Amino acid sequence: MNNLVLLSGTASDSHTWNLVYLQLLLEEAGHRVINLGACVPPVLLADECEAEQPDLVVLSTVNGHGYQDGPRAIAELRSRPGLAAVPVVIGGKLGTGGPEPVQADALRAAGFAEVFDDETAITRFREFITTNALCRTAGTAS
Amino acid sequence: MTGFADAVARAAAAGRLVVQPRMGMASPLEMRAGLLAVRGAGATTVGTLTVDSYTRVGDHRAALTALHDGARLNGYPIVSHHPDTTRAVLDGLTGFPVQVRHGSADPRAIFGALAAAGLDATEGGPVSYCLPYSRKPLRDSVEHWTEACENFSGHLETFGGCMMGQLCPPGLLVALSVLEAVFFRFHGVRSVSLSYAQQTNADQDAEAIRALRVLAARFLSDVDWHVVVYAYMGVFPRTRAGARLLNDNAARLAVRAGAERLIVKTVAEAHRIPTVAENVDALESAAEAAAQAEPEQSFADTGVLAEATALVEAVLELPGDPGEALLAAFRRGLLDVPYCLHPDNAGHTRSHIDDTGRLRWSSAGAMPIPRSSVDRSGPAPDSASLLTALHRVAHLHDARTH
Ligand code: B12
Repeated sequence: MNNLVLLSGTASDSHTWNLVYLQLLLEEAGHRVINLGACVPPVLLADECEAEQPDLVVLSTVNGHGYQDGPRAIAELRSRPGLAAVPVVIGGKLGTGGPEPVQADALRAAGFAEVFDDETAITRFREFITTNALCRTAGTAS
Repeated sequence: MTGFADAVARAAAAGRLVVQPRMGMASPLEMRAGLLAVRGAGATTVGTLTVDSYTRVGDHRAALTALHDGARLNGYPIVSHHPDTTRAVLDGLTGFPVQVRHGSADPRAIFGALAAAGLDATEGGPVSYCLPYSRKPLRDSVEHWTEACENFSGHLETFGGCMMGQLCPPGLLVALSVLEAVFFRFHGVRSVSLSYAQQTNADQDAEAIRALRVLAARFLSDVDWHVVVYAYMGVFPRTRAGARLLNDNAARLAVRAGAERLIVKTVAEAHRIPTVAENVDALESAAEAAAQAEPEQSFADTGVLAEATALVEAVLELPGDPGEALLAAFRRGLLDVPYCLHPDNAGHTRSHIDDTGRLRWSSAGAMPIPRSSVDRSGPAPDSASLLTALHRVAHLHDARTH
């Protein structure tokens, strides 16, 4: 199995310690990671996804524009025929005033498989990637 | 001298540290209220207008959409607001210096907007506003900053003393701060400030600030300059008491090492964008801590000045103007910022915090740093130890106040 994760910042966000950290965490969990770095516009993100065909796309952003940049990113991904089904998650400090559950629901409605925007983010994310990997292994076996 | 630099010089002559917030909100009314509150704070203050992330990356359409939809922004979109709007924000604030803080590798539109609004102070730099803030090629940033500087007649502060905010050993921070100021000077800027961000050990920081002053005196003798300290720019303490202690310690550091200005951080730093009240509180708390601190004349020399001098000299010896020299230096890895993902950074250096709390090189890549300064005994480069290093300052300050 490919096990490839595409990790990316959002269009307006230049923070990268989150990306450096998540790359290590994902690699330690046995995934291959392509880290696109900071300030990735939706079109570049979608182009890279088409080229690399990742098993999971992880968006990370902490600058407070996540509730605005997230929907634009996933809209572009879903507009590409080959990327209709790839699971996409987002996490970090998404708003400018702490977690906002209503906005997180809007992100799920926009197509994000999971939203990790609070104190439990890393714990839940570890669970998510474990389950996700198991599902895919099971899928490959059957 | 500009209004901004003049105010700092007057305060310094009176023995007072100037304190300044990081503050920006999308709404002109809130921005104005914030500036008025900063002016009214019980401290020697200058104001800040911090620009939002869309404007920083040049996506003015997204900034306008957010303004239109009433969505919250993490700063004031100075290019999207009409110059008259920004003038109205500043109306009646004559005599109160306001600096525009942005984080843009292409600052031309921002420089234009601030001049149109009658402002004359800003900050950044071709390296420090590219590597940590953009995916644009460094070459483009150098070009844009050249053009911006050549059309600018105000006060310009380098952000080079901060870079990624944390885990960059002081010698490189000092060198980058000096090199960007040399770049500004070369392109006609006559009034500059050099930054240094508080790191993990107060003695190492004081030594670094002294080194910065020595190099500024040597390389910038014909322009007006002062030193600005940033309260810790990495992961901040989560508790109010811890955050306040760290900010107060930054003020003590600034006075101790003879810096003229301090940019504060608030108790909200670890969590969200601060309110105006939290900013005023941080300014007043820092001013109080500063008032009780004393300048020191001498500091232990552990080699920060020698390291910074070697880096600055190695870069300025390269052919071409300071911009060309910076580009060549990054291409060859003579300058190489640890943990920076930007494609134009070589990425061969690593750093760690040693047992005494000082920042050390774990590997110095191709930088002209003596082997004796490299300490290979750092922790394994895994996610857990990275997080421990990033949170060290926060944990210490949270723990000390419990
Ligand atoms: C270092 C830092 C910087 C450095 C970044 C250098 C770099 N290139 O990385 C510098 C100084 C350049 C910087 C700049 C800015 N910053 Co900043 N920065 C920080 C700071 C101090 C630490 C961040 C950090 O390094 N954390 C370490 C990493 C490992 O943790 P993390 O990023 O928090 O991520 C954790 C979780 O959020 C989570 N997570 C993150 N993403 C994801 C994704 C998934 C899928 C999952 C599961 C979990 C997850 O896991 C991580 C580990 O626990 C924080 C405040 C703080 N925390 O103390 C502010 C902060 C993030 N910055 C902030 C802002 C706004 C900015 C600026 C826009 C300037 C401004 N207006 O103030 C610019 C960015 C410009 C842009 N284009 O976006 C705000 C964001 C506000 C908000 N969201 O409410 C903060 C919170 C400060 C504040 N209180 O105002 N910053």
